[in-house]
Amino acid sequence: MLHTFVALVEDKPGVLTRVASLFRRLNINITSLTVGNTEREEISRMTIVAEAAEDRAHRIMASLYKLENVLEVDDVGRHSAVVRELALLKVASGPETRADLFQLAEVFHARIVDLAPESLMLEITGSASKIEGLVQILVQSNHKILEMARTGRMAMRRGHHTSRVVEALGDATPHTESALAGKPKHVALDLIAEEDQHNSI
Amino acid sequence: MSNSGNPNSSDPAITSQPTLLTGAETLWATLVGEGVRDVFGYPGGAILPAYDALRKFPIRHILVRHEQGAAHMADGYARASGRVGVAVATSGPGATNLVTGIANAMLDSIPIVCVTGQVPSKVLGTDAFQEVDITGITLPVTKHNYLVSRTEDIAPALREAFRVAQSGRPGPVLVDIAKDAQQNSAIFDFEAAAPAPYRPHPMLRADSTSIREALDLLRTAKRPVILAGHGILHSRALEQVRTLAERGQIPVACTLLGLTAFPASHPLNLGMMGMHGESWVNQAIQQADVLIACGMRFDDRVTGSLATYAPNAKKIHIEIDPAEINKNVRVDVALIGDLKEVLETLLPLLPKRDGAPWLDAISAMKGDAAVRDIQQLPDNGHLYAAHVMHDLWRETNGDAIVVTDVGQHQMWEAQYYKHDRPRSLITSGGLGTMGFALPAAIGAKVACPDREVWVVAGDGGFQMTSAELSTIAQEKLNINIAIVNNGYLGMVRQWQEFFYDKNYESTPLLSPDFVKLADAHGIHGAHVRKRGEVVSTVQAARKHDGAFLIDFHVEQEDSVYPMIPAGAALHEMIRRPAGNPLVETASKA
Ligand SMILES: Cc1ncc(C[n+]2csc(CCOP(=O)(O)OP(=O)(O)O)c2C)c(N)n1
Ligand SMILES: [Mg+2]
Repeated sequence: MLHTFVALVEDKPGVLTRVASLFRRLNINITSLTVGNTEREEISRMTIVAEAAEDRAHRIMASLYKLENVLEVDDVGRHSAVVRELALLKVASGPETRADLFQLAEVFHARIVDLAPESLMLEITGSASKIEGLVQILVQSNHKILEMARTGRMAMRRGHHTSRVVEALGDATPHTESALAGKPKHVALDLIAEEDQHNSI
Repeated sequence: MSNSGNPNSSDPAITSQPTLLTGAETLWATLVGEGVRDVFGYPGGAILPAYDALRKFPIRHILVRHEQGAAHMADGYARASGRVGVAVATSGPGATNLVTGIANAMLDSIPIVCVTGQVPSKVLGTDAFQEVDITGITLPVTKHNYLVSRTEDIAPALREAFRVAQSGRPGPVLVDIAKDAQQNSAIFDFEAAAPAPYRPHPMLRADSTSIREALDLLRTAKRPVILAGHGILHSRALEQVRTLAERGQIPVACTLLGLTAFPASHPLNLGMMGMHGESWVNQAIQQADVLIACGMRFDDRVTGSLATYAPNAKKIHIEIDPAEINKNVRVDVALIGDLKEVLETLLPLLPKRDGAPWLDAISAMKGDAAVRDIQQLPDNGHLYAAHVMHDLWRETNGDAIVVTDVGQHQMWEAQYYKHDRPRSLITSGGLGTMGFALPAAIGAKVACPDREVWVVAGDGGFQMTSAELSTIAQEKLNINIAIVNNGYLGMVRQWQEFFYDKNYESTPLLSPDFVKLADAHGIHGAHVRKRGEVVSTVQAARKHDGAFLIDFHVEQEDSVYPMIPAGAALHEMIRRPAGNPLVETASKA
C-alpha cells in the first residue's frame, strides 16, 4: 500500500540523505518526497510517500525516529488529512486545439500559466487522482504532453492537530521579513481561493 | 544505558572556565571533560594538529598498527568497562580503515566515538589528497555522525556525540574534523557546549495496560522461558533479570552476547540458545508457553526458521528500540522502554511461582547430553578445542575476561567456558568480524588493567589483525593469547562438510609458526599438541609476567555440535555422530 508520512526534521545539511538512505536500506521505493520550510526557521517538513506492505509502517516510523535529526513523524495516511500535489503540464497546441484545452482546464480547475505559438502550460493543484485524470483525458483526446513536472504529495492533518514535539520546543522563531519579501501578496490570496474551491472534493 | 548522564568523570581543571584554545586543544579538552583517559589511534596529515596538542592533556594514547584495530580496541574497551571507547584516525585511508570496526560496534550496539581528521574546509569536495567522504561512507553504520568545519563547533559536536553514543540503544558515532578547524582558535566553554537533553524515542511504551497483560501471561504460564540478551548489560539490569528469574522460578536461555548477563552457574541458567545452543535450551524455547525476551532482538542465529519458532508461546518483548518490535517475530506484549525501568515496575507486581514441574521437565530433556564434563574423558592422544576451553575455564577459575574471534573456537568458548562475571566474554556477535579478538582484547586490558585477559582466536582470524602483537609489545600489556589452530577456516570448513559435500575449497590454511611470530615481537609462547600439556602451559602463561601466546594444535576436522542449519527449525539439529569420544552423547536426535 501507499504510505504517507510527514516528518519534521532539523534544517541541516545531510538530513535529506539520512532519510533517503533509511528507505534505501529498508529496500523501500520512495514514490514521492517533498521538502520545504515550516512555520519555524530551524525545522523542515518532509512529506514522504512510499510503497510498502501495510505492516511496515511501524518499522518505518520507529526507524525514522532513530535518526538524530528527525523530530517528529506522523503517519498522516491513517488520519483525515488534506493531501495536495501540484503539476505543470506543457501541452503541444496550435490555434485549432487551444479552445479544447481551455475547456479541459476549466473542468479540472487547472490554470493556463503560459501560452506560446505551439504550446501552452497548465498548472493544476489537487489530489493525485485529479492530476492523473487530467493527464488521462489529455492523452485520450490525442493531445501531446511535451513535458510534465509533479511536486509529489504534501499533506497536513485536518483540524486543530499540531506537533506536540514542536510545541515543546517553545515559541516559534518567526520568519524574518526578508524571508517573505519578494512574494507578492496577491499570489498567496489566489492560491487560497483556489484551494477553497478544491477542498470540496 | 538509558540515561544521558556520562558515567565517565570529568576533569574540573580543564572544563572550569571558558578559555581561548585551538581546535586541536579543544578536541582533547572536550574528551578529558567527558572523562576520557585512553584513546586508540594512528596519526596522519589531516589529524596532525590534534596529535601536536595531545601531550598537554592527561590522555593515554595507544598507537595501533591498523585503524581497524583502533576501532576494535575502542569497542573492546567499551564492552569491558561500560565506558565510551575512543578511536582516532587521519582522513582518507585512516578513516576508511575504521569502517569495519565501526560496523562491528553498530551491529552490537557498542558506544564508541571515532574522531577523524578531514582535509581543510576550503577544499572539501575537491578530491583533495586523502579526502574521502567518511560521513557519507559511515552513514549507515553509525548511530549518527558529524562533519565539523568550524573550530567553535568542535566541542558541541563531540559532547553531543558522547550523549548519542550512550543514550537509548547505544552505538558508534563519528566526528570528522576539518584540519583548519583544528588549527584555528575559538573560545572553549565546556559547559556551554553541553548537548540538548536526551530525547527518548517517542514510541517508547510500557504503560500499565501492557504491564498488566505481561503479568497476566506470567501468572498463568506453565512453561515460561526468559530470553536473556545483550540489552541486560547495556541497561545494567542484571539484578532485575535475576530477580525475575528467581521470583518466577523461570529458566533462562542466553544469546551469545547475553551469556555474561546471567551467571552461568546459576541453577536457572539453561545456557546458550540458537544455532549452536544445547538441544535442551532450544527444546525448552520450542515447548515454552510464554517467552520473556529481555534486551534481545530475535536474530536469525537464535530463532532458526521463523515459521516454526516457539509456535505455542505467547511472547513478551522488553526492548528499548521500538524498531525491533515485531521485526522478526510477532510478539503478543511489547514493553518498549529501558529494560531496568520496565522490570522495576513489573517486579513488585509479580507473584512467586512454583516452577518445579517445568524445570524438572527441562532437566529430563538434558539427559546424558548435560554431561559436558569432559575432564572425565580419557586422554586418547588427541587434542580437542573443547579440552582447551574447558581447561582454560578451570585454570582461570572462570574469572578471566575472554575475548574471542569468530568461528568454531568462538562457539566452543561459548559452550565450554562458564562465565559468572558480567562483561567477561567479549565477542563479535552481529557482524561476526574475524580479526576482532586481538585488538578488542587490547581495549579490554587497557580499560581493566587489573583483570586477567585471554584472547581466544582461530588460526585464520588471528592473522587478520596479528600486527597488533606489536601494540601489545610496545604498550607492555599482559595479555594471554590462545590460538585454536586447526589448520582450517574451521567454521567455513564445517559448512562445507555439512552442506557442500565436503568440498573443502579455499579453507585449508597455512599459518606461520605463531610462537616464532610472538618471539619476533619479544612475546613468549609455546606450542601445545597434547591434552596433557594444556594445563601446565596455561599455568605457565598465567605465571609469566607479560604477554604469552599458546598455539594449540587441535583436531583439524572437528565440528561444533549441535548445529541448527541456517533456516531450519530450532529443534531440528545436527547432532555429534555416535562413537565420537567427545561429550554430547544424547541419543535423541
Ligand atoms: C572478516 C571476515 N571474513 C570472513 C568471514 C567468514 N568466516 C566466518 S568463520 C570463518 C573461519 C574462521 O577460521 P578461523 O579463524 O581459523 O577459526 P575456526 O573457525 O577455525 O575456529 C570465516 C572465514 C568472517 N566472519 N569475517
Ligand atoms: Mg581455524
